[in-house]
Amino acid sequence: MSDRATITRFPEIREPLLRARSAAGKNTRPCPAPFDAADPADLDIAEKLPDIPDVSEVETVRHFTRLSRLNYGIDHGMYPLGSCTMKYNPKISEELARRFQAVHPADTRAMNTVLGYCALLQGYLREICGMDACCLWPAAGAHGELTGMMTIKKAVERSGGARTKVLIPDTAHGTNPASCTIAGFTTENIPSGKQGYLSASTLREHLDGHVAALMITNPNTLGIFEREIQEIARLLHDNGSYLYMDGANLNAILGIARPGDMGVDCMHINLHKTFGTPHGGGGPGSGPVLVTKELERFLPSPVIVCDDSGNHSLNWDRPDSIGMVHSCLGNVNVLIRALVYLLSLGGEGLREVSLRAGLNANYLKSRLSRCFDLPLDTPTLHEFVLSDRYQKEHGVTTMDMAKALMEFGFHPPTVYFPLVVPGAIMVEPTETESLEELDRFAQAMETIAAMSRENPQTLHETPQACPVKRVDEVWAARNLVLTWGAGESNEEDPVSK
Amino acid sequence: MAYLSHTKDTLAAMLSTIGIDDPEDIFSSLPQELRFSGRLDIPGPLDEESLRREFTCEPSRVVFAGGGIYRHHIPALVDAIASRQEFLTAYTPYQPEISQGTLQAIFEFQSMMAALTGMDVSNASMYDGATALAEAALMASRMKGIRRILVTRSTHPTYRSVLKTYLAHSPQVEVVEVPFEIATGRTDLKSFEGMVGPDAAVFVQQPNYFGVIEPMEKLARIASRAGFRGIIVTEAISLGVLKSPGSFGPDIVLGDAQSFGNPPAAGGPLLGFLCVKREHIRRIPGRIVGLTRDADERQAFCLTLATREQHIRREKATSNICTNQGLCALRAALYLSAMGPQGLRQVASQCAAGTRYLMRLLGEKGVSPYFNAPVFHEFVIRMDDARRSALEESGIIPGIPISSHYPELEDALLVNVTEMNTKEDCRCLIERL
Repeated sequence: MSDRATITRFPEIREPLLRARSAAGKNTRPCPAPFDAADPADLDIAEKLPDIPDVSEVETVRHFTRLSRLNYGIDHGMYPLGSCTMKYNPKISEELARRFQAVHPADTRAMNTVLGYCALLQGYLREICGMDACCLWPAAGAHGELTGMMTIKKAVERSGGARTKVLIPDTAHGTNPASCTIAGFTTENIPSGKQGYLSASTLREHLDGHVAALMITNPNTLGIFEREIQEIARLLHDNGSYLYMDGANLNAILGIARPGDMGVDCMHINLHKTFGTPHGGGGPGSGPVLVTKELERFLPSPVIVCDDSGNHSLNWDRPDSIGMVHSCLGNVNVLIRALVYLLSLGGEGLREVSLRAGLNANYLKSRLSRCFDLPLDTPTLHEFVLSDRYQKEHGVTTMDMAKALMEFGFHPPTVYFPLVVPGAIMVEPTETESLEELDRFAQAMETIAAMSRENPQTLHETPQACPVKRVDEVWAARNLVLTWGAGESNEEDPVSK
Repeated sequence: MAYLSHTKDTLAAMLSTIGIDDPEDIFSSLPQELRFSGRLDIPGPLDEESLRREFTCEPSRVVFAGGGIYRHHIPALVDAIASRQEFLTAYTPYQPEISQGTLQAIFEFQSMMAALTGMDVSNASMYDGATALAEAALMASRMKGIRRILVTRSTHPTYRSVLKTYLAHSPQVEVVEVPFEIATGRTDLKSFEGMVGPDAAVFVQQPNYFGVIEPMEKLARIASRAGFRGIIVTEAISLGVLKSPGSFGPDIVLGDAQSFGNPPAAGGPLLGFLCVKREHIRRIPGRIVGLTRDADERQAFCLTLATREQHIRREKATSNICTNQGLCALRAALYLSAMGPQGLRQVASQCAAGTRYLMRLLGEKGVSPYFNAPVFHEFVIRMDDARRSALEESGIIPGIPISSHYPELEDALLVNVTEMNTKEDCRCLIERL
């Protein structure tokens, strides 16, 4: 163990900060120079060159290639992050999205083509959700939530009401209350109950003339379908309130059930989850918003319009709109990827996606509930939540088990969320995993459960075989070294030593 | 079906483990009347060759459009490395032990953005420049004593639109626009002076939307009386040649860094950035990567300052942002590493040189710029819709019409030249005028 720090194990190469490789004059890249260059005399030019590393092309390539090998991606193996829907990202989507890279949004003719694809995607998303209208521009799920809640806010204001409150079940993502705050609402947490779903009677207790909306995730973050959703929608509508659905878990119900049929007024989808676009280590995502006919006029500007001869353009003339939410058209490139994904599966294929997602999750649940605490026995769809209750008896926590899973070649599940389950382990395998991979994961979890009884100390010390050992997040927050100008060391480079 | 990996046998084995006969039984908890009985009306499945035929797009040959989204040279290595699956198919780096690649790359992005803007720290990215401005204004609006958000009217029009959308629900502050001088396109100093006060957070774009260089020293002197100061940069390439925005003493520098290694891509993804003075660090939105150590005391990286963020603070978070533009930030880090200090300066100089070349040719044709002031790589001319449409028909995009945003500027066209244009492009435009 002790000499691991000094031995470089393939493929681990400790790469220093890029700046450590810098020396004046290393970068000799010829840059495009179509014009006779001279620093323009009419500008206030900086005397010094920009303070960024001066490295050669091969050093850039090796630096970032080495960094890439310290990462785990969905192409490595199973990535069962609950409510994140880390499914396989088709390569064809990447290839085809690249065809649009060179288009400038002012290029009207090319944009006619692009907007045509956007219009198609809007139509398919409406079909999947059973909703009337769609706006593609929000750049991520949380951006979609904000857009949706601002849309509802505008509708509430237009109806002359002073409704200021949004109800949010305790299983919700943190983005839900945060989005509501920016949209000018206050939020109230409501309990989802012992059975893991919101009951209409609980909702009734919280309804009054101040409630603008309920924001609910369906299926929720426990993987449970909100079976009283119709009654919930009816109560809300009778109260003059709206039903917002967070579509983070839409992957569970494609072609199986449609939010529009449930009485949903407004919702968002995460294209980078449900429709297989890669997450890029944190984005770009895309969070289209869908609404009913009633709310359509409040959606962001611009909207896509199509003339009689099939030409698509953008219309900004929308007096009731909440306004623009992005400087251009959101993450268009992600939209193209999602459209490719939809067409590569077709309507029937999408239904199969949800069937298999549910099947994979329920298979794992059946296996893992033998060794792990399953806090709720309500049926679940595409994901489920375990807890560390059994392992805690031996001093082993969810965090220990998450870190140990890395040693078995898996990305850990979502941990300590939803907040209603102490020590939560939230598993979403997605439909793209084979039985072999599911079994490999189940075996790893079973082994960890056995280790927690027999040798808990080993688990506290995991991971041992990852690029770094357990990372000290407290040190980071105390010292706040956030740039390489801030006094860090650039040692640890056995390659160049 | 594509992307699925089960056979009849494996399906049967799984059903038996679960203890059901039919996969449909998984959905038995759904009320029967909610079960969708129809078929989703979406064509497919299409094979890859059919998809390749389905998705085509031919951009115009010669483009002089910028306006916040710019065409720049992208070194081949940027695509090659950024499409590595280890970067592309990873999630947000919540588990640092197996995400050091993403974390270190973002730390390096933050370091380079802080250096280029002349600020202390940078976050890990925002959706785009417009939402970065909106979130910066929200951040300012929560500071004691701030009652007005002043933004120059020469700031990108859609940035101002998004700002107003976001601020519509913060009744404690009012958004006020500072006029520009019609002769120069620069912010009107007298008006600015009359509007600035300790209750104002001020935001100025440099170079401004018209491409014009704002008199930053004078503006900064006046803005020193403001409660909070921000500089907006929509063209990050300008950071390679102009005096750093940080040298004018702002609290925040924000904008879009799409120009660093990210193509126009029909409008997105873009790359919002946000850099601040250290004292504001606990107020800013978005993720931040910090340096730390592992159990062996070796250098490592992780997300930090999470107590500002929505997953911890929920309704009291500094922002609702979660997913950002991680891969675009990686591309920016790759771009800056590939170009280096000399390369970045050269690109900026080429943009400025090309702009002056085209301005000269236009001048010889009797077309003079709208504004009499130095520009970086964009300028405004007069061109009516008919002529612009005719040019577009022949495959030349001469610029972006901006009169709908600025009715006082009749037939105004915003023209941009970058190192992706050539002298021949310029002559081609001139000949057809």
